[in-house]
Amino acid sequence: MSDHPSTYEPKTGVEKWLDQRLPIVRLAYDSFVDYPTPRNLNYWWTFGGILSVCLMIQIVTGIILAMHYTPHIDLAFNSVERIMRDVNYGWLIRYVHANGASMFFFAVFIHMFRGLYYGSYKAPREVLWILGCLIFFLMIATAFMGYVLPWGQMSFHGAVVITNLIGSIPVIGGPILTWLQGGFAVDQATLNRFFSLHYLLPFVIAGVVILHIWALHVVGQNNPAGVDIKSKEDTVPFTPYATVKDGLGMIFFLILFSIFVFFLPNALGHADNYIPANPLVTPAHIVPEWYLLPFYAILRAIPDKFGGVIAMFGAIAVLFVLPWLDTSKVRSMRYRPVMRWFFVIFVVVCLGLGWCGAQLPDAPVVPGLPSFTLFDGEFNSYLWLTRALTLYYFAFFLLIMPWVGLKEDPLPVPASISEAILAEHAKKKGA
Amino acid sequence: MSAIMTKGLKALGLAAIAATLALSAPAFAAGGAKHPHAPKEGFSFEGPFGTFDQGQLQRGYKVFREVCSNCHAATLLSFRNLGQKDGPFYDEKYKNPNDNPIVKQIASEFEVPDIDTETGDTITRPATPSDHFPKKFANSYAAAASNGGAIPPDLSVITKARHGGARYVYSLLTGYVAPPKGLEVKEGQHYNPFMAGSLATQWSGDPHKVPVGGVLAMAPPLKDDLVTYDDGTKATTHQMAADVAAFLEWAGDPHATLRKKTGVGVLIYLLLFAGVTYAAYRKLWHGKH
Repeated sequence: MSDHPSTYEPKTGVEKWLDQRLPIVRLAYDSFVDYPTPRNLNYWWTFGGILSVCLMIQIVTGIILAMHYTPHIDLAFNSVERIMRDVNYGWLIRYVHANGASMFFFAVFIHMFRGLYYGSYKAPREVLWILGCLIFFLMIATAFMGYVLPWGQMSFHGAVVITNLIGSIPVIGGPILTWLQGGFAVDQATLNRFFSLHYLLPFVIAGVVILHIWALHVVGQNNPAGVDIKSKEDTVPFTPYATVKDGLGMIFFLILFSIFVFFLPNALGHADNYIPANPLVTPAHIVPEWYLLPFYAILRAIPDKFGGVIAMFGAIAVLFVLPWLDTSKVRSMRYRPVMRWFFVIFVVVCLGLGWCGAQLPDAPVVPGLPSFTLFDGEFNSYLWLTRALTLYYFAFFLLIMPWVGLKEDPLPVPASISEAILAEHAKKKGA
Repeated sequence: MSAIMTKGLKALGLAAIAATLALSAPAFAAGGAKHPHAPKEGFSFEGPFGTFDQGQLQRGYKVFREVCSNCHAATLLSFRNLGQKDGPFYDEKYKNPNDNPIVKQIASEFEVPDIDTETGDTITRPATPSDHFPKKFANSYAAAASNGGAIPPDLSVITKARHGGARYVYSLLTGYVAPPKGLEVKEGQHYNPFMAGSLATQWSGDPHKVPVGGVLAMAPPLKDDLVTYDDGTKATTHQMAADVAAFLEWAGDPHATLRKKTGVGVLIYLLLFAGVTYAAYRKLWHGKH
């Protein structure tokens, strides 16, 4: 909390000397040792720490990969394979980096759903939430450009599809597209600038992460009860309590990570990306990486290309204004009996959108079921399922959130965190 | 209610993990091809503890050398790779694969392009272990011209570049069948149910029953006793297909065995670390929540 007084006492002469000139040890001590954290945080809260580990892993492995990678359309593919074959432990570094992107998104999705469920975006945490959304957007841009670098079939044709979206903007789209691609097609200039930006953006993300943590430490952490910290009874010091809990979460996360890196290193990628890029041969089915599939589904749900682009960016943009769409006074959905079921449906819808994003739009959802043509497609097709899910996605933020917040009768909210803990103990004993 | 909700959330979390894992595999199945399968006896390298059978890799190399390499190259592969740890011709006596006499012998059978430093003329010379397998054709046009318009793909990473990997290679090589009645297959094309493709335009039967698979320019490349194995194994089509699929799996990911071994060590370490951390966590948080 901002009003948390510093308890750091420099012990050695060196520490005292430094503390008077640059109180960096004091900052670290106050932020990560003595910092009061709510006592009732559950394991969903460990994903913040896990995400900072993800960012560090991506930056370290990325810098090493950049030492061996060649951003040239004729050499990029082979240079990646050379890393895998001839660089000492290059296979490990590259598989960690490639699967690390998937793990990063897996963790960020959980982190965001957690924030959504426990109302971590509500006053006074609006700026904290918006900074998080900004990080998410930067992550998408970084991941997309990183996926282009191996210059495989999916890299190339994915880059063509996504950059061409910009071209659908009326009037100014064309010139912007040429400027973005560095020419009239995805080519050497595009690859080279994507490499440059893919190297730059992670450091921008790191900068925004620092702001994110700063904002977090100004307003303090939210917690599962969604009530403010009232007294010392409500908190425990960050170290050792939160460190050991975050640490345990990280270890379990690394176990999942390792299973992919060492035993299923290519399971999350697309086989076509091991075919060198060939502009003259288009893959049968262009799909992005799994973590972008929900947004890809929304893009394809709209019959008009520019409309699809607006919907896709809108799906992310709506997150930025979320703090002002939720009208409820209660933060945690634990005490919101109606809203939490809408939340559960929302999670299922997001997974469903991801599923739809990987299917051919014309394919039937239930093969063999009789269908009829509705406007521009069969009713029993992924096109219409995607549209239904997209509708819910936007309705959840734009209609359900403002409306349920006003109409719903929330359950009684505990007066403090300690009271919430006591109530849970009583319930456990009773059960 | 809150407890139900928490349980619901936990279940959702698990469902999310499961969905993530599941999304990867079936979602990207290409076109309408038959699902590739492993040989009946299985592949020794599949699974978290699977390793390559060196005898099989050597047989697989022989099939690659005598059959596949007539049209296909594998330019990402160096000759020295053949003699490195877990490779087909690894020999404990030669830790440095460049010293391995078998590898030297294999390399010397290939001619690679070079430049005569005395005259500056382009020449060819016998390869050394540090050379890559040479390109088969000067360029893609030459490759297409010699192969009925189709370019034989480079096989270095073919098992990573096809759904099903080695299973696909095995299934394709053993999967050639006569085209179903009503399917028009052009001269120089061959029907194979494991080939990804779309046959709707060549199909004259029921439009809802278009056969799975596709056509490819490669004629069935294997027939019984096409090669003579040095270890006396009978060279059936099935045996050669399984052996060359294993060889190509190794060639696509030559460090796979080291990767899996490292993974087992990493997981044991992380599980022990998790145990110790959990004990510390229980002790610290006792009575705190």
